[in-house]
Amino acid sequence: MHADAFDRFHEAESRLHRLDPRVKVVVTVLFILSNALLPDGAWAAFGLSWIVLLWANHLSSLGVDFSFRRSFIALPFALAAVSAIFSPLGVPLGDWSIGPLTLIPTDYGLIKFGSIILRSWLSVQAAILLVATTRFPDMIHAFEHLRVPAVLTTIVSFLYRYMFVLTDEVMRLLRARQSRSGSVAGLKSGRSVAWRARVTGNMAGQLFLRSYERSDRIYNAMLARGYTGQLRTLHAHVMQSSDWFFTALSIVIILLLQFTGRI
Amino acid sequence: MPVTHKVTPITTPILEGCNGDVLSVENLHFHYPDGHEALRGVSIKLCEGDKVALVGPNGAGKSTLMLHLNGILNGEGEMSIAGMRIEPNNLPVIRAMVGLVFQSPDDQLFSPTVFEDVAFGPLHMGLPEDEVHARVDEALEMVRMSKFRERLSHHLSVGEKKRIAIATVLSMRPQILVLDEPSAGLDPRARRSLINLLRDLPITMLVSSHDLLMVRELFPRMVIMDEGKIVADGPTAELMEDEALLEAHGLEKP
Repeated sequence: MHADAFDRFHEAESRLHRLDPRVKVVVTVLFILSNALLPDGAWAAFGLSWIVLLWANHLSSLGVDFSFRRSFIALPFALAAVSAIFSPLGVPLGDWSIGPLTLIPTDYGLIKFGSIILRSWLSVQAAILLVATTRFPDMIHAFEHLRVPAVLTTIVSFLYRYMFVLTDEVMRLLRARQSRSGSVAGLKSGRSVAWRARVTGNMAGQLFLRSYERSDRIYNAMLARGYTGQLRTLHAHVMQSSDWFFTALSIVIILLLQFTGRI
Repeated sequence: MPVTHKVTPITTPILEGCNGDVLSVENLHFHYPDGHEALRGVSIKLCEGDKVALVGPNGAGKSTLMLHLNGILNGEGEMSIAGMRIEPNNLPVIRAMVGLVFQSPDDQLFSPTVFEDVAFGPLHMGLPEDEVHARVDEALEMVRMSKFRERLSHHLSVGEKKRIAIATVLSMRPQILVLDEPSAGLDPRARRSLINLLRDLPITMLVSSHDLLMVRELFPRMVIMDEGKIVADGPTAELMEDEALLEAHGLEKP
């Protein structure tokens, strides 16, 4: 029983998959930056950005709506921006009273809120597309080429390595508990919430102990096979002319998006 | 000089007349989410007091079958424990009746101390405190680990953990003990004491194992599984003599 719930890579043969991972990382970051820099209420630019995303989805041959279908996962976080609706600037649109509290939504606030939601939604989709089309070791490799400090890339690559180990361990612990969670006729099983919470707390402690030891063993095994602090990948990364072309095209498009947002 | 092993002849008929009063599995099919078909029509019956060995190569479906017996996995087919059908709404009761012990004792033990682990089952069942204490003492006594009551399970040896793992299900007073490769990874002394322990436990058990010497010594009846099917079910003494059968299913006559 293995958990691969976290691996978001989708195998496919496409332009986007073949692209140099550095290009993908840089273009994604630029796209996210562009979203952040677009002024509030630049609806046309937001719309164009979405069309660009759809086009990228199409290039990935994962389906035009691939990133859209997966984008809602980040929506709850974007709701943190809900307070923007009640910005004191702008024209009030009425007032809502909740108990002693009076909230006054404004037109400026609403535009700000909508823009924040759109920005985060577009950015999340770009990131989803990036991880779906780039193998994890390739992505780490790209970060290394882009001069991200080795300490950071090592932490991220270990996190990735152990995440699977950890979830497997959790699943085994849960299965063991489930196996012995019995009941007999006539007695209420499961005891109190406090008792169950204590058992769960103990399990978390066990999980820590075991993953700590297991990570030691895995690390030793990695050392034994010559691990020197870098995840290797078989995919040699050499910028092709098509990679340069894609980068140039993306930068032009992003500049155009910015231009559209500011006229 | 060839060594001839003495095989105790089994006089009592072990298959006839068993209606599956403790365990009955009829035509069980299961495939994993990736499409791999792990069980293809498994049927097996166990009666009160039966001690049955389940042998077969790796990947034969032994562990998969065992995970069905307390409803961790649910394939298609009829299964019942002591006359009660294994179905989602009576799983808690089933889990109290089936003592499933995983192959790795580390997978079994999840509490800081031996006492808490052995007490988990009875506590979850909602038994009163003195009953829980009595059951823990009884279970630890049965596996001869009474002195380990307050120890941290984390620091025990594999053999000790194995015994504690068995105690954690004995404390639920199950109808049937289901053990997955109990002698794997044990040193000769720990293995010997485990064999003695299993012999002395007066309880119906289904035990998967690659340790055919132990199987011959302990289990009058043997079931051979291969590729998700039961290929033989009969007296151990007879099946062990059928070298062609054993070899065909990746086993070796001990």
